Amino acid sequence: MKANIWYGREQLRVENVPDPKILNPRDAIVRITSTAICGSDLHIYDGYIPGMLPGDILGHEFMGEVVEVGPEVKNLKVGDRVVNPFPISCGACFFCQQSLYSLCENSNPNAWLAEKLWGHSPAGLFGYSHLLGGYAGGQAQFARIPFADVGPVKVPEDLSDEQVLFLSDVFPTGYMAAEQCNIRPGDTVAVWGCGPVGLFAIKSARLLGAERVIAIDRFPARLRKASQWADAETLNYEQVDVAQALEVMTGGRGPDACIDAVGMEGHAHGVFGTYDRLKQALMLDTDRPTALRQAITACRNGGTVSVPGVYGGFLDKIPFGAIVNRALTVRSGQTHVQRYLKPLLELIQKGSIDPSFVTTHRLRLEDAPRGYRMFRDKQDSCIKVVLKPWADVPTVDADQVQESGRILH
Amino acid sequence: MATDLTQQGLGRSRQPHSGLAGPGAPSARHGVRGGLARRGPAQSLEGGLGWFSIGLGAAAVAAPRLVCWLSGTRSPTLMRLVGARELVAGIGILTQRDRTPWMWSRVVGDTFDLAALSVAFTRGSRRGRAGFALAAVAGVAALDVLAAVRLTGSTTGRALPAVSGQTDIYLERSVTVSKSPEECYRFWRSFENLPRFMRSLESVRHLDERRSHWVARGPMAMRLEWISQITADRPGEEVAWRTLDDSGAAHAGSVRFEPAPAGRGTIVRVSLHYSPLGGALGAGLVRLLGHDPQSSIREDLRRFKQVMETGEIPTTHGQPTGRRSLLGRVTRQWGLTS
Ligand SMILES: NC(=O)c1ccc[n+]([C@@H]2O[C@H](COP(=O)([O-])OP(=O)(O)OC[C@H]3O[C@@H](n4cnc5c(N)ncnc54)[C@H](O)[C@@H]3O)[C@@H](O)[C@H]2O)c1
Ligand SMILES: [Zn+2]
Ligand SMILES: [Zn+2]
Repeated sequence: MKANIWYGREQLRVENVPDPKILNPRDAIVRITSTAICGSDLHIYDGYIPGMLPGDILGHEFMGEVVEVGPEVKNLKVGDRVVNPFPISCGACFFCQQSLYSLCENSNPNAWLAEKLWGHSPAGLFGYSHLLGGYAGGQAQFARIPFADVGPVKVPEDLSDEQVLFLSDVFPTGYMAAEQCNIRPGDTVAVWGCGPVGLFAIKSARLLGAERVIAIDRFPARLRKASQWADAETLNYEQVDVAQALEVMTGGRGPDACIDAVGMEGHAHGVFGTYDRLKQALMLDTDRPTALRQAITACRNGGTVSVPGVYGGFLDKIPFGAIVNRALTVRSGQTHVQRYLKPLLELIQKGSIDPSFVTTHRLRLEDAPRGYRMFRDKQDSCIKVVLKPWADVPTVDADQVQESGRILH
Repeated sequence: MATDLTQQGLGRSRQPHSGLAGPGAPSARHGVRGGLARRGPAQSLEGGLGWFSIGLGAAAVAAPRLVCWLSGTRSPTLMRLVGARELVAGIGILTQRDRTPWMWSRVVGDTFDLAALSVAFTRGSRRGRAGFALAAVAGVAALDVLAAVRLTGSTTGRALPAVSGQTDIYLERSVTVSKSPEECYRFWRSFENLPRFMRSLESVRHLDERRSHWVARGPMAMRLEWISQITADRPGEEVAWRTLDDSGAAHAGSVRFEPAPAGRGTIVRVSLHYSPLGGALGAGLVRLLGHDPQSSIREDLRRFKQVMETGEIPTTHGQPTGRRSLLGRVTRQWGLTS
């Protein structure tokens, strides 16, 4: 099969590798029909995720058709159309039983390695470093899904791939980020980052009853999506002083909840920005927590800072004093995707939300390296890239592939 | 021979079994805590040398000319290579479960550096600095040899007088399993199940009610066999055993199954008691458990939990990958699994 393979920082190649096989009784194999590039993949692409090895297959947002099931998988059969959640979870351990799926105790074969860095190990993830299991990812034509009786959700035929694909990660991630804010009537929620995660967080905050949502980014196309799709007020941090603007907008008190949907590669101008970049480049620091610092500082007393943005290691100059003295609640985590699959699928079926809204680019799997570059550099107003692993097979009209690589709909 | 010498040196009797009073003995409780907490002086020496490697390596890679100038040598390219070597050795020492080969790689590197510096010292124009560097490297080399020899001693079971003043080793690790104590006990008590989650066990066969025959495989085609006898058996609570013959694996052990609070399953607690100074008697087991026996037991327990809770052991062995570089292949050898 073809797969998108990581060979080092900014080095991706789509190559032929052997097809995956069933390795354990609870495995299944899917033929992937759609797979997406995530902001988390960009951290790998830029070389900030430790524990990657050249030759790793990337990708954790995918869906497809079941082509083989192991003897212990009773709930799926060949031919089922499924979306797969990005954490690998056994369904039986202490954490899985509390629906804390991304903390599964049994799915990381390299748990000892994660324990060295973080003290304890979370769940294994698809295509996300050997620290998190070293599982082959889903930017490929086929994938092997461990614990397939727990993860994948069957999706109805009348919904298109793109309406359901983002159940694999970014929709539940944005939703959990908003849910963690414990939104009450009248609340204002500020969201740093209007990538797919930020946009889903903004939309979800609306669905969960936020009075106002304030979206912060610097790319006009992304800010426009936020205001069109979720009626958010927007702040371009290159044009206004965010801290001051938030204070004025919230009557001097600050937003009731702040969401950091930016993560470890926060962008910033000025002294702090240069300082973080330098430290990260010299490997003195693992992360650039620009947005997190701002979110903590801006949040109202006793408010919640929700952090779906991914951080990897040790963060510098985090105003912990503000957290203690102003009694802030900080909540974070890799998303417990399995917990949200059914309820969010229902929202899609009811028409409360159409996730395909975030997709801007549809490319063939072979174009993955270009897709990464475009998404990383936010070229061509790119917000979300969906890859089609079988696009050069006659079922998709090759004429639809334009020069720019964008398939029109 | 080496074993005998050390034992005489320590003035110990040749009675490795003397401490094997069986689990639950007061000495065992005490020893367990010690085993968990202690990081001996030898380990901090290795750690120090690891960090030294990284510091020197980073300097030599980032500023080869400066380091050349400081050490009275000439080739910045060579200095970069030396730097890369130091970084690899340092990372190896600090991150790998078995530090021994990495410590030895430092010794080999030292030999090379001493040779290069001797040339600079005898022929070069910066003799003063080269002489100083030579003396410094010689000092570090002595520490490296010391650390490497200690490590080697500890892996093969030869004595390590500096590490511990005690002869016996007590280990304890535990894991929480979301199953009842009875279920855990039943699975464990059927000893032929043990090789499913104990990586170095090949087979266990019941001989009669109390005795069983164990076969294990260790590094470098090592094979060990022994006969164990059950010393305590309380259904749903505990199994304890000790070895009967002197097959090289002399030890006593127990596994206890305690109900976790509020119905959170079972805390499975394994303790092992053996004697690394036991010469031929304990040496086999020491090699079997590897350089870091605490981790070996922890990994076995983790697999026990996985089998009990999920019915399988998660793996990536046999999944597709792209082309692995040499580094990638080596890294997988170290214990990463795909
Ligand atoms: N917790 C989880 O389970 C989970 C799941 C998926 C993604 N993530 C993480 O969420 C984050 C966002 O993912 P994405 O797919 O939306 O990526 P993305 O790159 O599309 O979005 C990041 C956005 O943040 C903006 N940004 C950068 N610096 C900023 C700043 N200082 N202030 C405001 N905005 C700033 C960028 O312009 C960009 O629009 C990543 O860190 C990703 O790893 C987490
Ligand atoms: Zn993702
Ligand atoms: Zn689990």
